[in-house]
Amino acid sequence: MNNLFVYCEIEDGIIGDVSLELLTKGRSLANQLKCQLEAVVIGYNLSGIEKVVFPYGVDVLHIADDARLVPFTTLPHCSILIKLFQEEKPQIALMGATSVGRDLGPRISSALHSGLTADCTSLEIGSHEDKKAGIVYENLLYQIRPAFGGNIVATIINPDCRPQMATVREGVMKKEILDANYQGRINQLNVANYVTDADFAISVIERHMEKSKINIKSAPILVSGGYGMGSKDGFKLLFDLASVIGGEVGASRAAVDAGFCEHERQVGQTGITVRPKLYIACGISGQIQHIAGMQESSIIISINNDPAAPINTIADYVINGDVETVIPKMIKYYKQNSK
Amino acid sequence: MSLNILVLAKQVPDTRNVGKDAMTAEGTVNRAALPAIFNPEDLNALEQALRLKDQIPGTMVTVLTMGPFRAAEIIRESLYRGADGGYVLSDRAFAGSDTLATSYALSCAIRKLKNIDLIICGRQAIDGDTAQVGSQVAEKLGMNQITYAEEIISLKKRIIRVKRRVEKGVEVLEGPLPMLVTVNSSAASCRPRNAKLLMKYKYARIPNELQASNEDYTTLCNSRDFLQIGEWSVNDIECDPAELGLSGSPTKVKKIENVIFQAKESKTFTTSNEDIEGLIQELISNHTIG
Repeated sequence: MNNLFVYCEIEDGIIGDVSLELLTKGRSLANQLKCQLEAVVIGYNLSGIEKVVFPYGVDVLHIADDARLVPFTTLPHCSILIKLFQEEKPQIALMGATSVGRDLGPRISSALHSGLTADCTSLEIGSHEDKKAGIVYENLLYQIRPAFGGNIVATIINPDCRPQMATVREGVMKKEILDANYQGRINQLNVANYVTDADFAISVIERHMEKSKINIKSAPILVSGGYGMGSKDGFKLLFDLASVIGGEVGASRAAVDAGFCEHERQVGQTGITVRPKLYIACGISGQIQHIAGMQESSIIISINNDPAAPINTIADYVINGDVETVIPKMIKYYKQNSK
Repeated sequence: MSLNILVLAKQVPDTRNVGKDAMTAEGTVNRAALPAIFNPEDLNALEQALRLKDQIPGTMVTVLTMGPFRAAEIIRESLYRGADGGYVLSDRAFAGSDTLATSYALSCAIRKLKNIDLIICGRQAIDGDTAQVGSQVAEKLGMNQITYAEEIISLKKRIIRVKRRVEKGVEVLEGPLPMLVTVNSSAASCRPRNAKLLMKYKYARIPNELQASNEDYTTLCNSRDFLQIGEWSVNDIECDPAELGLSGSPTKVKKIENVIFQAKESKTFTTSNEDIEGLIQELISNHTIG
C-alpha cells in the first residue's frame, strides 16, 4: 500500500522507453520514500514481460492480459487503473507524457479527484509547510514543470489528494537498469473484474503505426534549425551538413510550426529533450522552451546573425553570421581537414 | 438527424510570441504585454464543428468559454465564423482553478445546456500545454472520449468516426455519441471570418460588456436576440462551491521561478574562412566530430 506506481506503455510487446525511464526515476524516488516500486502493464500476450520490467528495480508488477486491451483504447485501460489505484492506494502514480499517458492521466485524476501535473521536467521529494493551516507535509512529490510557454518554471504539489500524479515526456529522465537479477512479485489481474462491456464502445477501425525513422534522441550530433532558416528549402543545408559530419537534423518549435520540417524533429520542452555530443543551433534564437530541451548537450555551437540571440549565452562557440554563408564553409573545411 | 454540438474554447495569452517585455523585472509574467488570442487548437476544434454543421442540416454549434468577461471576444470570433451562439462562464469563484476545478465548473455548465451530442475542444491550450481539461470534462460527464483527433471523418446514425494523429502514426476510431473529441493542431485550420456574419454579430455582447461600455448598444442588443451572448456566473450553474477555484484544486503551486540559464564562456567567430577552418580543426582535434 501507498507505493509508487508507474504505468508502462506497450506497443507490439515492447515497453516504451519513456516507461523504462520512469521506472528508473521511480526507483530512486521510492528509495527516498522508503516505499516499493510497482509497475502496471496492460496489454495482450504479456508472458515474460517481467524479465524486461524487474531489472529496473520493480517490486510488484501488475499485469492485465486480455486480447481486448490491444490496441489501446481509453476506457478499458482507465477502468483498470482507476480500480487498481482504489485498491492499492498508491501515493504516487507516474506515466509517460505521450498520446497514451496524456489521454489516460486526466481521466484517472478526475475519477479519483487527485491532482495531475503534465509534462514534468523534474521530480523531487520535499516537504511543504501550509502556514495558514499550520500543517507541515513531509515527503511530497515536487512536480516541476515549465509553464507559460516555458518562460517560468513552476513547482507543483498535491498536499492532500492521492495519488500524486505526474506525466513526463520521453527522454527527460535517464533510463538505467538497476540489477539484471532483481526479483519482484507478479500480480496477475483478473481483467473481467476491472472492465465492463461498455468500456469497449470505441473500436479501432484502422491503425498505421510506424517505428519512427527519425531518431534525434540518440544522435551524437544534431544540426538544428530555427525559424531563421526561412523555409523548407533552407533546411536542406542542414541535412547536407548533418550527412557530412554524421548527424541528424533537429528543429525548434517555431520551425516545425512553420512547416519547415517534421514534428518528430522538434527539440525542446514540447518536443524531445536531447543530450548530444555536439549541438549546432542554426538560426535559432533560443526560446527558453528550446534551450531547456538541449542545454545538456556537451558542446553547443550557435550560428546566428543576431549577436544578441539568447542561445549565444549558453553556447560554447558562437559564429556571428548568416547560416547560408557559414554552413557551406563548414562542410568544405570539414572535408579538407578530416581523415 | 440534427446535432447539438458544443465547442469548448479558451482565450489565452499568446505565449508563442513572447517578447522581451513579457517578463517583469521581478520575474513574473507580464500578462499585459501578451495579446489575448483564441487558443489555436480550439480554432481547429471549431472548424470540425462547423464542417459537421455544413453537412448535417439543423445542427447547432454552441461555444462555451470560461474566463474573464473579455473572453466574450472568443464567442464573437466564433459567431463570425459560423457558430450559432455561445456562453461566457465567468466568476471570481473560479479564480485559481487548476485543470480539475476548471473541468468541474465546465461540466456543471454543460449539464445546464442539456442534450449535447458531441463536445469538441482543442487538445490543449498554449498557456498551460497540459491537455487535461478535455479528458477531465469527459470523465465528469460520463462521456467517452477520442483525443488527438485530426479529422472527424463521418458521423452517421450517431456513430462518429475519427482519425487520430499520435506520435507514431494515425488510427481511425469509431464510437457512439455522446462523445468528447479533442483536436490537434494538425487538423484543418479554421475558416476565416465571414463578412456577412461579422456585420451581423459585431455588436453581440454579454450583459457585463453592455454595462461596462460607454457606447450604448443596450437598446440594439435587447431588440435582437442573436446579439445577446449568454453570461453565466457561479449562481447560474448547479455546483458545489467547495469544488471550485483554489479550494477545488488538488494541485497547488509551491513556487514559481524565472528561468535563468547558466551562461557559458563562449568563443566567438566571424564567418571568415580562417575562423571557420579554425573552428572545424578544433572540433576535429578534440574528437567532437570526425
